[in-house]
Amino acid sequence: MGNLFLSGNEAIARGAWEAGVHVATAYPGTPSTEILEAIRHYKEIYCEWSSNEKVAVEVAQGASMAGARALSAMKHVGVNVAMDPLSTFSYTGVNGGFVFVSADEPGMHSSQNEQDNRYLARFMLIPMLEPCDSAEAREMTIAAFDISERFCTPLMLRTTTRVSHSKGIVPIGERKEHEIKGFEHDWTKWVVIPANARKRRTVVLNRMKQLEEFSNETPLNYIEQGSGPDARIGIITASIAYSYAKDVIPSASFLKLGFTNPLPFKLVEKFSKTVDQLIVLEELEPFMEEQLLAAGFDVLGKEIFTREGELLPDVLRESLREAARKKLVAIPSDHSIFTQDAPATGGGALDLPRPPTLCPGCPHRGSFYVLKKYKPIVTGDIGCYTLGVLPPLSMMDSCICMGASITNAMGANKALKGTDKFEPVVAVIGDSTFVHSGITGLIDVVYNKGNVTVIIMDNRTTAMTGGQQNPAMGKTIRNEPTHELDLEALCKSIGVKRVTTLDPYDLKNLDTVIKEEIEANEPSVIITRRACILDRLRFGPKVVPFVVDEEKCIGCKKCLGLGCPAIITVQVEVDGKMRQKARIERPMCIGCSMCAQVCPVSAIHIEGE
Amino acid sequence: MNEAKNVLLVGVGGQGILLASEVISQAAMNMGFDVKKSEIHGMSQRGGIVSSHVRYAERIYSPLIMKGTANVLLSFEKAESERWIEYLKPGGQVITNTTEIVPPVLNILGKEYPHDVLDRMKEQGTKVIAVDATSVAKKLGNTRAMNVVLLGVLSQNLDFSEDTWLKALKARVPKKHIDLNLKAFAEGRALANGRG
Ligand SMILES: Cc1ncc(C[n+]2csc(CCOP(=O)(O)OP(=O)(O)O)c2C)c(N)n1
Repeated sequence: MGNLFLSGNEAIARGAWEAGVHVATAYPGTPSTEILEAIRHYKEIYCEWSSNEKVAVEVAQGASMAGARALSAMKHVGVNVAMDPLSTFSYTGVNGGFVFVSADEPGMHSSQNEQDNRYLARFMLIPMLEPCDSAEAREMTIAAFDISERFCTPLMLRTTTRVSHSKGIVPIGERKEHEIKGFEHDWTKWVVIPANARKRRTVVLNRMKQLEEFSNETPLNYIEQGSGPDARIGIITASIAYSYAKDVIPSASFLKLGFTNPLPFKLVEKFSKTVDQLIVLEELEPFMEEQLLAAGFDVLGKEIFTREGELLPDVLRESLREAARKKLVAIPSDHSIFTQDAPATGGGALDLPRPPTLCPGCPHRGSFYVLKKYKPIVTGDIGCYTLGVLPPLSMMDSCICMGASITNAMGANKALKGTDKFEPVVAVIGDSTFVHSGITGLIDVVYNKGNVTVIIMDNRTTAMTGGQQNPAMGKTIRNEPTHELDLEALCKSIGVKRVTTLDPYDLKNLDTVIKEEIEANEPSVIITRRACILDRLRFGPKVVPFVVDEEKCIGCKKCLGLGCPAIITVQVEVDGKMRQKARIERPMCIGCSMCAQVCPVSAIHIEGE
Repeated sequence: MNEAKNVLLVGVGGQGILLASEVISQAAMNMGFDVKKSEIHGMSQRGGIVSSHVRYAERIYSPLIMKGTANVLLSFEKAESERWIEYLKPGGQVITNTTEIVPPVLNILGKEYPHDVLDRMKEQGTKVIAVDATSVAKKLGNTRAMNVVLLGVLSQNLDFSEDTWLKALKARVPKKHIDLNLKAFAEGRALANGRG
């Protein structure tokens, strides 16, 4: 039918569509977000941004019960949130095929850890597929639904950032409509009371045996005979590591695995007879290596390859060089890994940091600026506002996982209350994160009589991951209007009596309210409401920038305390002496006025006034 | 051609690097090559460091360019060309925009922007084509077309026909901006010619 140039995520969406998927759910998270963003263009598929990953999986699970093919997508840590329904889904099995994507992040480009989710497939006793590029991502998504239905099991499709975000040429096909079978009324399967679950456990263990046979036979796992002397080196690998290895040491023999749980031990046995040495090449943990060692294979793995970060081609080559020097692998010193492409002239020691910062005009900025005046403990959460930890704002003491701001604050409050170490605690959390997993924490605070001030930074979007819709916005994934979650009413019904909504551009009001609520002797919620400036730049009113009147500026640098990237200092000659003055970089300013508000001598004003 | 051609595009978030790498990929596809491209999305919107790897040959496995193997380093911002210089192949070509984007943190850190990066590179014998693509685009009425001006310069350094490039541009650039971008491409091509 032709070819498309697709990212791994787009290819998964395409594969799901071709496989006849009817329901797709996700909570955004790098590097998985684009899967649903691509799926929403396929009209045949119902899709949603779910309020969190557990919800996403349970909705898809319901669709599977009803006999539809269903897919959920999430980042690696999202799977932690969804583990509860997933673990038991393994026991019940499926009606319509169910596949979930776990997009892992070796290298932590935008994540809080680099957990290796392959272990979760093993833990849950479910099959796993790992594509190495976009073409395989499409192909394996289609295969995944067949396997899920044939073996009556949920299936984990595991990508990494490089697989999800790299693009490649993908041969495509048509959609094969998959009839929705209707709800499966089988309580012995779907109601996991212990009597049923015990029987299902036997089913699951038998299924794993059958899946191991399948793993040995499926063309998703195959041997590529090498050539020349390198053919004696046998590399067992999967995912992006395979692609890298084909560049670094192309003539070696490969056991290329696409289906990686359970492992194809018989196929490994066969492969081992054709080579002198087995090397296991995998990013992150020794997932395959340990299983192969336990099965009695003599393999080399993490002794030569790092467990930290990405196993990039350059890193891989260096590891092989090192292993060759130590005579751990039979690679001679005149091998191409030693001679190929020495790096060009040095240089390259550029000392020019470009760290992420809150954007000019970001509505999150004001809250941190005011918090800095009162210096409470600030328990943070995950989103753009986490950048409030960086200087000069430097106003965050913790950030662990989504929703933890409120509950961490609760625990700190309970521990410190009545002691001489007492400090007030403020939790800061974004609108999407609050809906994801902050609500239950707030209920806990009220129910258990804690005293926490919660700032819900409602920037009308899920900014960190690129601006997805969420329930507090009143827009669905397809931008259709829907009920807008009333955060104020929600917090009140939870039992918070002190709920204030304000505009975070109004620093004076923000100051008054934050001071009052920190001092209050009961829980309170402050909702700072102002749209993300990226949305405003896209759709909003015209920007009117501010300027500094250099004659009035006294060089006190108060405005710099806001950490706005649009404000810089310059040396200006005044009466023969060089003086430091603030200057606003005109193209960057979006006219939020916060700097004008903090200037003690009113030297900053709207351009042209 | 089994040896891969590698083009590394680098710069700062918001400079139109991803569109440019789409166009190069499309042109290589039009030539019948296998193509892979890779970039890290995420925080790139916010003035951060951006790189996009484009690789093409009969068959491409890895989407990533290894150090010392880039045929062309196409830099959208002056100093960024130096950050990535170790990816350049010996004898490879640097093409850079001369625009300087000074990161605001330099102010806090008390650091200087390295205005002389290109001189240093040339002293080390690196082949550098430096063009003020932003000004060219500005004259055409929209600084954002800077990325396509650079593609015009690049086009004289890769062996695709002009027609292949134009088709790729038309396939990838949004319709309402196509006229501006065709002009920008032509200006870039002429600039490269002028420099022989
Ligand atoms: C369990 C989990 N799911 C998803 C993510 C990815 N993620 C990080 S921040 C964020 C969105 C934050 O949105 P919001 O709370 O509205 O804050 P904003 O970025 O808009 O300031 C998401 C989805 C994650 N880190 N953890």
